Amino acid sequence: MTAVSDPQPSPTLIERYQGLHASLRWMLVALIGLFVVVVVQSISGTELLTAPTTTQTTLRWSIPLLLAGLGGLYSERAGIVNIGLEGMMILGTWCGAWGAIQWGPWGGLLAGMIGGALGGLLHAIATIHFGVDQIVSGVAINVLGPGLTRYLSERVFVGMEGGSQTQSPGVDGLGNITVPFLAGGRIGGWRSPDILGWFDKQDWFFISDLAGVVKGPMINVAYFTLIALGLAVGSAWLLWQTRLGLRLRSAGENPYAGESLGVNIYKYKYIGVVVSGALAGLAGAFIVMELTGIYRGGQTQGRGFIALAALIFGNYRVIGIVIGATLFAYPLGISFADFDGSATRALLLVIALAMGVVATAAIRRERRVDASIAGGIGLIVFVWYLLSDSAPDWLPNTMPYAFVLLVLIFNVQKLRTPKFDGIPYRRGDH
Amino acid sequence: MPEALRRIGLVLAAPALAFVFALVVASLVLQISGSNSIDTYRTMLENGSRLETMVDMLNRATPLYIAGIAAAIGFRMNLFNIGIEGQYFLGAYAAAIVGAEVSLPGPLHVALICATAIGVSAAYAGIAAVLKVYRGVNEVVATIMLNFIAIGGIIAATFPHVIDRSGNNATNAGTKQIDESGWIPDLNGVVEIFTRDIGRGRQLTGVLVIAVLVGVLFSVWINRTRLGYDLRASGMNPLAARAGGVPPARMVLFAMIASGAVAGLIGMPEILSDNHSYDQGFVGGLGFGGLGVALLGRNSAGGIAFAAILFGFLDSSSAVLQVSGQASQSIVVIMQATILLAAVVAYEVVNRYRQRDEIQRAAMAAEVSA
Repeated sequence: MTAVSDPQPSPTLIERYQGLHASLRWMLVALIGLFVVVVVQSISGTELLTAPTTTQTTLRWSIPLLLAGLGGLYSERAGIVNIGLEGMMILGTWCGAWGAIQWGPWGGLLAGMIGGALGGLLHAIATIHFGVDQIVSGVAINVLGPGLTRYLSERVFVGMEGGSQTQSPGVDGLGNITVPFLAGGRIGGWRSPDILGWFDKQDWFFISDLAGVVKGPMINVAYFTLIALGLAVGSAWLLWQTRLGLRLRSAGENPYAGESLGVNIYKYKYIGVVVSGALAGLAGAFIVMELTGIYRGGQTQGRGFIALAALIFGNYRVIGIVIGATLFAYPLGISFADFDGSATRALLLVIALAMGVVATAAIRRERRVDASIAGGIGLIVFVWYLLSDSAPDWLPNTMPYAFVLLVLIFNVQKLRTPKFDGIPYRRGDH
Repeated sequence: MPEALRRIGLVLAAPALAFVFALVVASLVLQISGSNSIDTYRTMLENGSRLETMVDMLNRATPLYIAGIAAAIGFRMNLFNIGIEGQYFLGAYAAAIVGAEVSLPGPLHVALICATAIGVSAAYAGIAAVLKVYRGVNEVVATIMLNFIAIGGIIAATFPHVIDRSGNNATNAGTKQIDESGWIPDLNGVVEIFTRDIGRGRQLTGVLVIAVLVGVLFSVWINRTRLGYDLRASGMNPLAARAGGVPPARMVLFAMIASGAVAGLIGMPEILSDNHSYDQGFVGGLGFGGLGVALLGRNSAGGIAFAAILFGFLDSSSAVLQVSGQASQSIVVIMQATILLAAVVAYEVVNRYRQRDEIQRAAMAAEVSA
């Protein structure tokens, strides 16, 4: 900064906000968002939007999206588009269940990872070695996944107690922990005080809601969840702070530059895609062991695609994927306790408001088309909110997809795909 | 080797390689799981050579073929229409509703149903096209999202309101059945001129005629018209095509919408021949099947026909395997996926071989003339 002698106009609110550190900015946005949600839910007469149970299930259901999204990150950062995440995840569900039956939960975790990694390896061989189109190979793996697992189930699970062509016997998870003091977890046999729970019960505007939201993710946290969060942090470090990460990303940004510096691009592409499969497989294992406690055919329900959506939404960054996975799991987290659909209806008002914000921002930037599209959608959703008493049950499942489409429509200029993503690379071709 | 023979050999090498490879993989899987692979194949072939099975095979191949053409239109322009799935669901759904509401003389009724399906599917594909052209949204991502929005959103939201509650079909809720004027006649009469009577109540769907027509039109249009040429040129090299006066944006819009329009017909066997309504058991997965068939058939009308019939054959033998208990019916899906993967790999390998071969021959020719 240069010294300025002219009297400066005092900074506007927006300028002050822009001067803040990124983490503070995000926290501010989150707090304001939460405040809006609290106001909305008190208008709409529901408490589910900020209930601890909602954030608890949101965290749990976001983990498969997070893991598979991270999987997509490794692959696409290495320049290989991976729409086969769904198929690899399906392989992970079957192998996870099988491993857990054979060797217990840790075996399930490992087997799921290996199963997914094998799917990744197939994708890697086809796309990197043989130069098959990446979308094509992904589609083929998505076809192969369900067929193969069904076949394996017929061979393995039929004849086991409770097993059939389409499902496995029950499977145990890795176990849970509740954070002591903050959320009232136990230490040994002693039950610690539940500080956040006390605040949550006080019925103080905003503060109680905040306590509830924060407490939720601390109740019955699966150890598997902690592993997943660790992997997210580890991936951010690995991809952006290490030599391996730099080389892997060079394969996705400019492989020929990497090649000229002596980097074995093929190797890093292979690493990226196989790790991608392993993480997708881990996501599958999580679904089996921590969400349903059983393998069932078709239980991934397109989560591989939602994870892909979270990846794009998150602009190919770890923190973005975390936010995307959480946002996409949130409607589901609500819907589990929302039997009459009133809380999901309240979510409509949140969306209408968000669209209003987008429209206002677009007007400021003089982007008229954006403003009218966002305004129009916001208005429709608002009218829908006013005219309905409850939201239909299909809405929570569809929201992530609609959301991603909206993000792509409004934000596409700011999103940046790795430059060489999806383009076949052959050594010495340049 | 004569030039023509050599070229034909190269064209056939890839699919043959892929087929042999898939056969080896399937045999291995069968043997490992304790089935006799030779017996299994014999059952499949014996069953496949029966007239009734052939009818079944063609019935299954028909929608796959249409889906393959829809995918091929996109592929020719280097576009991935992953959204065929959602497009044909929506088209068939709308067609079933509209078709049940009206009563027209036969051919008109059928035409109206088809037109509705085509229109709705094309319009839905148009969304992805507009997003790509005006907003730069990748069509793969957009169509994946639109698939879920169509099936899990739009249809799920409106379906409860259009269920026909007058009927006694409590287990499989569906829309009101279309009047008989909106049914397409089956082709049994035509087939039986040449063969014996088709037994077991099998009916060869009349949509087959539409499918063949679509295939012929596609072939003529892509190979023999200006527009088809522009499309192929844009797909191969958009920059060169643009320099030649072909606006890429318009080509994207056109290809995507045309692909969607054809996709609308995929659901027609179900609506016009089988159920005459859209119900919960509506056949899914044909959109992805179509992508596979188009890839296997190298985006040509004839190739896709071959691929669709092959996949139709495999599908129809899965039921027999299940009944005879010789092998798991999932082996069929594994075979299809393996054939597909092996085929795309083989095409790529042969393609590289041909490129190298061409360069070598060009070098040799240059040496001779020098």
